[in-house]
Amino acid sequence: MEKVYEKKALTGAEAVAYAMKQINPDVVAAYPITPQTPIVEYFAKFVADGEVDTEMIPVESEHSAMSAVVGAAAAGARAMTATSANGLALMHEIVYIAASTRLPIVMPVVNRALSAPINIHCDHSDAMAERDSGWIQFYVENNQEAYDLTILAVKLAEHEDVRLPVMVNLDGFIISHGVEPVELYPDDLVKGFVGEPKPLYPLLDTEHPVTYGPLDLYDYYFEHKRQQIEAMDNVKKIFPKVAEEFERTFGKKYDFVEQYKLDDADYVMVALGSTNSTIKYVVDWLREEGFKVGLLKVWMFRPFPKEQIQSILVGRKGVIVLDRSASFGAEPPLYEAIKSALYEAAVRPALGSYIYGLGGRDIKAEEIRKAFEDAINGNLIVDEQRFLGLRE
Amino acid sequence: MALKGWKDIPIGGVIDEPGKAREYKTGTWRVLRPVLHEDKCIHCMFCWLYCPDLAIVQEQGKMKGFDFDYCKGCGLCANVCPAKAIEMKPETEFLK
Repeated sequence: MEKVYEKKALTGAEAVAYAMKQINPDVVAAYPITPQTPIVEYFAKFVADGEVDTEMIPVESEHSAMSAVVGAAAAGARAMTATSANGLALMHEIVYIAASTRLPIVMPVVNRALSAPINIHCDHSDAMAERDSGWIQFYVENNQEAYDLTILAVKLAEHEDVRLPVMVNLDGFIISHGVEPVELYPDDLVKGFVGEPKPLYPLLDTEHPVTYGPLDLYDYYFEHKRQQIEAMDNVKKIFPKVAEEFERTFGKKYDFVEQYKLDDADYVMVALGSTNSTIKYVVDWLREEGFKVGLLKVWMFRPFPKEQIQSILVGRKGVIVLDRSASFGAEPPLYEAIKSALYEAAVRPALGSYIYGLGGRDIKAEEIRKAFEDAINGNLIVDEQRFLGLRE
Repeated sequence: MALKGWKDIPIGGVIDEPGKAREYKTGTWRVLRPVLHEDKCIHCMFCWLYCPDLAIVQEQGKMKGFDFDYCKGCGLCANVCPAKAIEMKPETEFLK
């Protein structure tokens, strides 16, 4: 169902800030860091202009930002923040606590390379360092998806069977600072979709006093971790329902993954984030020459949609996995997950791992084509680490 | 107190009502057990005042003994007793 909305030329950061304005969270606590800064700038302007009811807390660090939103969410508020790279790393302690305390915080993360050496440009090392923190992780391809999934994330996070925080990952500069047309939905439609928050155990409900963060030793900690594992499994059941409601409301379809020209594809590339746009261009280019190639874009990396990915990749001739981060001493994160998903496949495709784009290194269509050609020419060697755009 | 399974407890480690510490029997931690020598006790109630677990039993201002559901054997009572009327003995002496 196609719906027509007002289109505006926005940067990804502005689109995310606009989504936050329409969500109108009770509390935003944030600390500016490149390239997340414009999200905080735009949102602070909405606060200053009285366009939102949000209590904005300018804190002294990211550790404090996440701590403040944890406190706000425990009090029963709808709370948001945003960060990048070393800011996310500084938050790490409380990132883990937010998920373990089951607080449905939504945080756009503008992906940037972790230091050292210091670098402000895009890769996924920041978010990948948090992949086991218990947060749901989306990775978006463009500004529209950054806007859409920030709105969708609120509903998913707050669902009674989920109650988990969500990271919406958007590539630093490429998405955050790049201008694209974005379809913006009317305020009342967004307000209706996200609804009123229904906090569980709000601290401000003084008629029902509760304790957050008590000591939890060998007698119950294990059970609480088992509940988190269950909640992540529930995301696989709840997300399709939330996505369906999103489609009914706004007319845009989301899933765990996007399948691009996959129906008859023998060779499939798998990737996260903005590079998917370049891969689509290369798929079209190779298709014009008669090669049966396609793209599997992963929208949701945590929980990892293993079953769906497995069913899509089984029977293909070759699978090329692109990672924008390294796992030093082990396989890169996306490749490892894809390889693991194929373990039970009756017929495993040839598999290749390519690391690209670290520290914002540009990825060119020709390089992606070269990786596809490796697959087409029967030149994928499982576990041989290859690099795109690296000087030898 | 029987321990509950993961489906029967609030999520996120939240304690969902006040006063629940009463259900947590810290007496199971005890390695040393306080023993009261009534002949020495002067009922000054220092032990009652200092006990971190409200485990000193008193009636009308008189020291009557210990609540072993909660006494975790820290020995603070014996330490503050000016009459040396409380002696800490290893739990192993009370086996059987």
